[in-house]
Amino acid sequence: MSVLPYLVAGWIFLVGVYGLATSRHLVHAVGCLAVAQSSTYVLLLAVGYRRGATAPVFSDIPPGTTVVDPVVQALALTDVVVGATVTALLLALVVQTRKRHGTVDPDELSGLKG
Amino acid sequence: MTRRARLWVLAAGLLGTAALFAAACLRMPPFGGTWHPYGDRAVAAAIAQRTANTVSSVNFDQRALDTLGEESILFAAVLGTVVLLRRTPDERRVAPQPASVPPALRRYAITVLPLALLIGLYVVAHGQLSPGGGFQGGVVVATALHLLYIGVDHRALERVRPVGLYELADGVGEGAYVVLGAAGLLAGSAYLANTLPHGTFNTLASGGTVPLLNAAVGMEVASAVVVLLARFLAQALEIVDEKTVDEKEEKEKE
Amino acid sequence: MREALDDTLVAASLLLVAAAATAAALTRDPARQAVVLSLLALALALALLFTVLQAPDVALSQLAVGSAVTPLMILLTVRRVRRRRRRE
Repeated sequence: MSVLPYLVAGWIFLVGVYGLATSRHLVHAVGCLAVAQSSTYVLLLAVGYRRGATAPVFSDIPPGTTVVDPVVQALALTDVVVGATVTALLLALVVQTRKRHGTVDPDELSGLKG
Repeated sequence: MTRRARLWVLAAGLLGTAALFAAACLRMPPFGGTWHPYGDRAVAAAIAQRTANTVSSVNFDQRALDTLGEESILFAAVLGTVVLLRRTPDERRVAPQPASVPPALRRYAITVLPLALLIGLYVVAHGQLSPGGGFQGGVVVATALHLLYIGVDHRALERVRPVGLYELADGVGEGAYVVLGAAGLLAGSAYLANTLPHGTFNTLASGGTVPLLNAAVGMEVASAVVVLLARFLAQALEIVDEKTVDEKEEKEKE
Repeated sequence: MREALDDTLVAASLLLVAAAATAAALTRDPARQAVVLSLLALALALALLFTVLQAPDVALSQLAVGSAVTPLMILLTVRRVRRRRRRE
């Protein structure tokens, strides 16, 4: 149990990269990148977890209660939203690629250089 | 490189990464342990600044400059998407057609819309107290507006959603964050320093600049999501190539 | 006792996330990937995991973005890309 969350984060990253590298459709590739990205959230939150602690919000618990690490949570939370807008940018690039080259298969694209 | 060779390179890379990562995991502090030096200090600092939600305190006070960077990535990504998805000369815009929606769905969407909008605004406003804040609340507000697309149709959505205004609001949100940061400099302290009075712990006006920066981010995120979805909706539903339209018209003539 | 229960919940949601992520990466059809797996199953599993890990802020963020905004954008892109293909 003491390393399981880290290993799961590693697995999500690897499976995302595998999907990305073997993808035959650019939109699918973007989806796989989102999968790989979610591994960072799992890793960050796993690092900040503390057994028996509660959420780091003191509106209904007395100050001094043990809480989990809020720093990693802040990192993950902004990245979830910012990551979505970056996904949007990638999808916009896919739409452009389709317009310019008439295909969304990365293998066909490499033959269309120039 | 052939597809087969590429798969071998990929396999080598994945296995190497997996081995190194697994080795690193074994040397990490065990999951759920008690050693959190940064977390402990961040919690103490948040309580000293009277911000009940320590995550918001980290985002908008202790690491506010980092959030400015994140926000700028968001702004740049939205800008890039808007530029990439603009209508080109060889494309034509077709006005969206009215769509028929089952009355039950329409009733549901119209009932839920104001509720979802209110929840979104609540989540933004209470970011310094309870889980939530500008990032999450902004997304909720933006998606709530799109219930109009589900419940009525694209035309109704376009009527209540002047995209230009939201593009402006996106910039204003980003600008407000930068200006609020400069207020720290004017007060004789550092950029983005929390110089306002911190207020009473666990009340809506606590946390000094946290609720203000929170609101700026909420505005930026909400308008960013509205603008992004508007661009994608336009691409999927309105913008067509000249050729496609011609074909459709030809078919209609036949 | 409570910690043992917490551990079980964390382990269960971790496995759920791993399964959802694997399924999402291996679903080749982008539209199906968006709707069925990547962002409905994965986003919900992640939100569950984050809640169990005592991170309600992140769970809220993930739920709002992952279950609505990202899949909608992917589906709209797929629709745009497919419609152009039909004319050829």
